[in-house]
Amino acid sequence: MLSLDQIITLLIGLEGIIFTYWYFFEKKEGVQRVTGSSITIKVDAGYSPSTIVIKKNIPVTLKIVRTDKSDCLEEIVIPEWKIKKYLPINKEVSLNLEAKKTGEYPFHCGMNMFHGKIIVK
Amino acid sequence: MTDKRTGQLTLDIIGMHCASCVKLVERALKKVSGVANVSVNLATNKAYLETEKEIDLSLAKKEVEAVGYGIKDKNDSNKEEDPSIVEMEKARRRMWLAWSVAIPIAIWMLFEMFGGYWPDMLLYNLGITLLSTIPLFLPGIETLKTGFKALTRRTANMDTLIALGTTIAFATGPLGLILNYFNLPGIDNYAGVGAMIMAFHLTGRYVEAKARGRASQAIRRLLELGAKSARIIVNGQEKEVPVENLRLNDIMIVRPGEKIPTDGSIIEGQSAVDESMATGESLPITKNTGDKVLGATVNMEGLLKIKVAKIGEDTFLSQVIKLVSEAQGSRIPIQEFADRVTSVFVPIILILTIATITLWLAFPQSFSNLSNVFRPILPWMTGQMFSSPLSQALFAAISVLVIACPCALGLATPTALMVASGLGAENGILIRHGAALQTMKDIKAVILDKTGTITKGKPEVTDVIARSETTKSPPKRDPAEAGQSSSGSPRFARDDILQIAASAESGSEHPLGQAIVVKSRQNKLQLFPPKNFKAISGGGVTAVVDGKNIIIGTVKLLQEEKVNLHLLNQNNITSLEKQGKTVVHLSIDKKYQGSIAIADTVKEDSQSAIASLIRQGFAVFMITGDNQSTAEAIASQVGIPKENVLAHVLPQDKVVKVKELQKKFPVAFVGDGINDAPALAQANVGIAMGTGTDIAIESGDIILVRGQLSLLVSAIKLSKAAFAKIVQNLFWAFFYNVVAIPLAFIGLLHPIIAEIAMATSSITVVGNANLLRRTIIKSS
Repeated sequence: MLSLDQIITLLIGLEGIIFTYWYFFEKKEGVQRVTGSSITIKVDAGYSPSTIVIKKNIPVTLKIVRTDKSDCLEEIVIPEWKIKKYLPINKEVSLNLEAKKTGEYPFHCGMNMFHGKIIVK
Repeated sequence: MTDKRTGQLTLDIIGMHCASCVKLVERALKKVSGVANVSVNLATNKAYLETEKEIDLSLAKKEVEAVGYGIKDKNDSNKEEDPSIVEMEKARRRMWLAWSVAIPIAIWMLFEMFGGYWPDMLLYNLGITLLSTIPLFLPGIETLKTGFKALTRRTANMDTLIALGTTIAFATGPLGLILNYFNLPGIDNYAGVGAMIMAFHLTGRYVEAKARGRASQAIRRLLELGAKSARIIVNGQEKEVPVENLRLNDIMIVRPGEKIPTDGSIIEGQSAVDESMATGESLPITKNTGDKVLGATVNMEGLLKIKVAKIGEDTFLSQVIKLVSEAQGSRIPIQEFADRVTSVFVPIILILTIATITLWLAFPQSFSNLSNVFRPILPWMTGQMFSSPLSQALFAAISVLVIACPCALGLATPTALMVASGLGAENGILIRHGAALQTMKDIKAVILDKTGTITKGKPEVTDVIARSETTKSPPKRDPAEAGQSSSGSPRFARDDILQIAASAESGSEHPLGQAIVVKSRQNKLQLFPPKNFKAISGGGVTAVVDGKNIIIGTVKLLQEEKVNLHLLNQNNITSLEKQGKTVVHLSIDKKYQGSIAIADTVKEDSQSAIASLIRQGFAVFMITGDNQSTAEAIASQVGIPKENVLAHVLPQDKVVKVKELQKKFPVAFVGDGINDAPALAQANVGIAMGTGTDIAIESGDIILVRGQLSLLVSAIKLSKAAFAKIVQNLFWAFFYNVVAIPLAFIGLLHPIIAEIAMATSSITVVGNANLLRRTIIKSS
């Protein structure tokens, strides 16, 4: 039989696990609709905004600035558009895009730890 | 010193990234005395100043730095450093700083393991804890910051794992001291372990970054290839200008041994040009007036005057760089599963860590018993003692945190793709879609377009037949002597036939006519200027050469012109035509004198390349618009079986044939990329043949720069080797995590060993990808 201590320990652990799951997998993404011709994406422990909505056939410039010094985020990859770019620290990198098809285009860092997506409508 | 308001100054500003930065910098610079006006450009990172008097640059620098930006020193601007190299250098310094403290810690900890606490327990714990702050909070601070910052944004990455692992380990230090102070039951001090983990982590990161740098060196090398300056002629004077300032149609002077600055065509001079850097062709290529040359290739022999044809992003080299970097960002299907795993990997490891602590605390005895079974065979576990169940739980939890390595999974495919595309580019194989590497392994049949792929795509004179081949009169080089043989009826030697025909055709634009002219030039024959030149569509030409009436053309044309053809050797002609050749006939003053056979000849390496493909088990097909007998003639020359000849296929029907074959097996189509675009797109793998000077090809998954079939063999080898590497890497990365994480979970891995294993694992993956460079992809 489990002792009270054991039961309490297990319950606390279980709560921790549920919390962790909720914390990482149930979050709402910060969506940003692009209205102008460009949008700035800050790269600092993730992408903000991480979800970007753009319109079909309208050119958009993504201005990406990495302020995070970790080399984890030093590259941005948008596989569908065959873009892989090195992001120097504190230096804006511009990507010119013109989406021809609607859909969702995920992007991520060089090691696929941090994620974002571009939604074309 | 400078006149009022006339002084101008440009400064390079560092660190700007938005419009508000521009405003801040402008405001800061306006404060500097002597500055009349400032305009800052974000795109170029430059500030343009109008000055009233000489300004103090150090003051300007101070003002700009005060708002958080910097001014680049002018002296630095010459050698603009690669930012990734600068950051690599920082990583190296961080690594050594961490070790300079971690090594003393390690020695002190070994003392403890074998001789007990020295000098006593309190000083040991205090000393280790204090020392450990250095590696963790100086060189390791970036890792900690990113790791925890990510947590606050509800995302997590590898830094999060290391940050949590090291801080939990470190926390046992102060915690133990506090518990000790209050005489409470102790906790083992893992602060030193935390420091060691950080040192190993930084080492792993540095070595891995270096290896990744090696993997991506192909692009960097391509970028470095180009010449920096060019010598051009301006108003009859030579002038040196930076390559960026070249304009179209500038005339460049390139001396022997120099790099050709940009793409152009030779207007004067001839030379051998080493194009290996651009096309992978190892032998220098002879270039004459009119020939195209590529930027970054080396002029070996003669002085060349070259007219600029392409600049900037349009040059061959820029196109290659663009294609290679695009390929490196493209996706390979096999990666998908790994991607799905990595994107949830870290949160799952965090959940697993909580589970580890919970279970170890709830069931310390059962877990200890379980790990005790293996302890005797694991050398790092034999001396490991735990003062409390909490210590043991943390020991296992820290190991779980630091051993999980999503990096290896994330790097497995992209690194191999990067090395493969670089290696390909060096050899004249440009991979446009990474997916082609995976598809290639399933290909069973290869369809080769005939014209331009198997053959040169340009007709050449193959045979010259004089009316009577028994005539052995030596060729007469002097036009005046031609035809003046001793016997009554004039006979002509082969070179005479060629000479007269070429003279008549010298005004012709027909490919067959041009082939005759080219051949006469190769044989160094003098041509007469033709008079009354007339082209008869679908028939041939008539002209007056050296006072003689010349007709060159089909039998039908000669018959219409009432030429006596009884000396024409029909058997000879038929056998030539059976070989797929086009034969034209020459009449001089209404008398048949000889025939010339012209054919699109096969490329030198076609036969051996096709033989190699067949040896590898591919079904090789040839597709062409030619008639069956011409097609079969070419096919037999290169060893393609008759039943695999697809003749009479109109260009627009090629795609239909590809579809038909695809019903049977996955198909690769090899063609010229312009006319064959739909077929290339339809095929499972489309391979476009370049011409060696142009690769602005929109279709095709792979481009063979030099348009040689031997490159196709190399491309297949490269694809297979690259895909094998990817599979190996993915297997290793999955295997590693699947085996290592459970071991850590049951407390069988020392956290330091765990960290070493994880660093090694991502280095292994990158290193293994780099090994791809050793693959020999040259055919034969």
